[in-house]
Amino acid sequence: MGDQHASAQAQPATANLDELRDLARRLRREVLIMTTEAGSGHPSSSFSAVEILTQLYFGGILRYNPQQPHWPDRDRFILSKGHAAPILYAVLAEAGYFPKDELKTLRKLGSPLEGHPNMRRLPGVEASTGSLGQGLSIGLGHALAARLDGRDYQVYVMLGDGEIEEGQVWEAAMAAANQKVGNLIAIVDNNRYQQTSAVSKVTDPALYDDKWAAFGWKVLEIDGHDLEQVRDALIAARDEKSGPVVIIAHTIKGKGLKIFEEDYTWHGRALPKDKLAEALEELG
Amino acid sequence: MNLGTEVGLKMGKATRDAFGEALRDIGRENPAVVVVDGDVSNSTRTEWFGKEFPDRFFDVGIAESNLVGVASGLAANGKIPVAASFAAFLLCNAYDQIRMGVAYPHLNVKLVGSHAGISIGEDGPSQMAIEDVALACALPGVVVLVPADEHAARAATRAMIAYDGPTYLRVGRPNVPVVYDENVQIEIGKAITVREGGDVTIIANGLMVAAALDAAARLAGQGIEARVLDMHTVKPLDEAAVAAAARETGGIVVAEEHLHHGGLGSVVAMAVARLHPCRMGFVDLDDTYAQSGTGEELLREYGLTADRIVEEATRIVRGG
Repeated sequence: MGDQHASAQAQPATANLDELRDLARRLRREVLIMTTEAGSGHPSSSFSAVEILTQLYFGGILRYNPQQPHWPDRDRFILSKGHAAPILYAVLAEAGYFPKDELKTLRKLGSPLEGHPNMRRLPGVEASTGSLGQGLSIGLGHALAARLDGRDYQVYVMLGDGEIEEGQVWEAAMAAANQKVGNLIAIVDNNRYQQTSAVSKVTDPALYDDKWAAFGWKVLEIDGHDLEQVRDALIAARDEKSGPVVIIAHTIKGKGLKIFEEDYTWHGRALPKDKLAEALEELG
Repeated sequence: MNLGTEVGLKMGKATRDAFGEALRDIGRENPAVVVVDGDVSNSTRTEWFGKEFPDRFFDVGIAESNLVGVASGLAANGKIPVAASFAAFLLCNAYDQIRMGVAYPHLNVKLVGSHAGISIGEDGPSQMAIEDVALACALPGVVVLVPADEHAARAATRAMIAYDGPTYLRVGRPNVPVVYDENVQIEIGKAITVREGGDVTIIANGLMVAAALDAAARLAGQGIEARVLDMHTVKPLDEAAVAAAARETGGIVVAEEHLHHGGLGSVVAMAVARLHPCRMGFVDLDDTYAQSGTGEELLREYGLTADRIVEEATRIVRGG
């Protein structure tokens, strides 16, 4: 394959926290603009994941090359909480997988930027997701393929805290620990709210670390909006080779926009057009 | 099992056994082939592959949803994963995972469901897949294969691996009569004419092909020459063979070890309605679950017999 020796440095990367913070701000704006233009989508579920994806893709953690989306040695990122597609699309466009212009086609007929990620239509999307609970199993398949092929890529899977109510997540957690995959990293975007209520009304998020640890995973717990903590955790997880690692990232659903932060019922709703200008001003 | 005896068919191996042997053989030729099983490898027979290729064999435990997801991830990396379990658990338990991880992204996952149909016998309905073909056919772009005997199962296993795309292979638990010799080839989407005839056509798959041959022999005794088609591929259907059968024989009986709704009968009937309407009859499981018993007893109890095929064929020929 011609792209076996593609450079791992093809992606834009910076360790400068101010630059990353500014990038995070711009990505939130992109998410808001595209979902408002689409008239639907999940901007608040995207906002809680912004710092994590910013650091992963642009802080020099993830190894990828937008010119060669199927480069066999690339690290994989799977967005298991597929409804946060807008932030993934904003990140992929920023990384150069496709022109930023396409972001405004979100959810429109003919656009590869579907409501939830479709790996067949959009370069950089590693799995078709949107039915919750499935990404970690798929990630485990990627991790095992690396072992079979003698490759050293990492597999990152982002899950929602509501999502891990799905039993399949724990099937995958058990199997991954049993397989001792040192290249599988789960990131729980612990934004505390699911579609119709606080997650705490349904399960007990306080027990998350205990649960993952009991399933044989190494657990890291961080503030998911603190870029330094995110970076340190991603590096620590990457460097852990003995088995799978989960990063529980405490986040705020809708982080950055007051109207989202104060009301979880914005899940699955776009900001109306008449509120966009004011919201963009708030985001800066 | 009292199938194919009237035409002198000898009892052979179970289709799951032939699948397991073929898979092990293919494993020696093709290093991309890997297996994901869920604690039933001694039933699905993937253990024979697993013993020879332990590094390419993953038992993920009793967790079919995860099993299919893992297979999806492996396929995304160019592996040819065989995702195997009991057909009932694979299709019914992990259907959404198959939808999202296999069919929708059109990944090269080879789904294999064993212990399909009611002929598994004593274990009863919880273990019997009677709806798996309908479910598999409802997945866009997925090839659905139901081999009739051990030789067809080996050939179908080879065809499935050679094909680039998602497939579902249905195999059974009990030993079944040998319809073919070892040279039989399974071409996906191409029915095999097992018996020529111009008065009526019996379209069957799985172990009902042997029953269809018994029925054809009995019909011949009444002066009715039945064509027998082995429709080993339910999807994509060999519509040309179905249309020719309708046109040339004027009536079709479909026989399958599956529920009436959504199986081979439904698929053939849709093609007949569109291409060349003719009289039809159906020998299948009619909107019911079976029960425990021997496989042979159950096939008789639920009417999956040569007798019923003969009844339907004579009704059609007489214009009833």
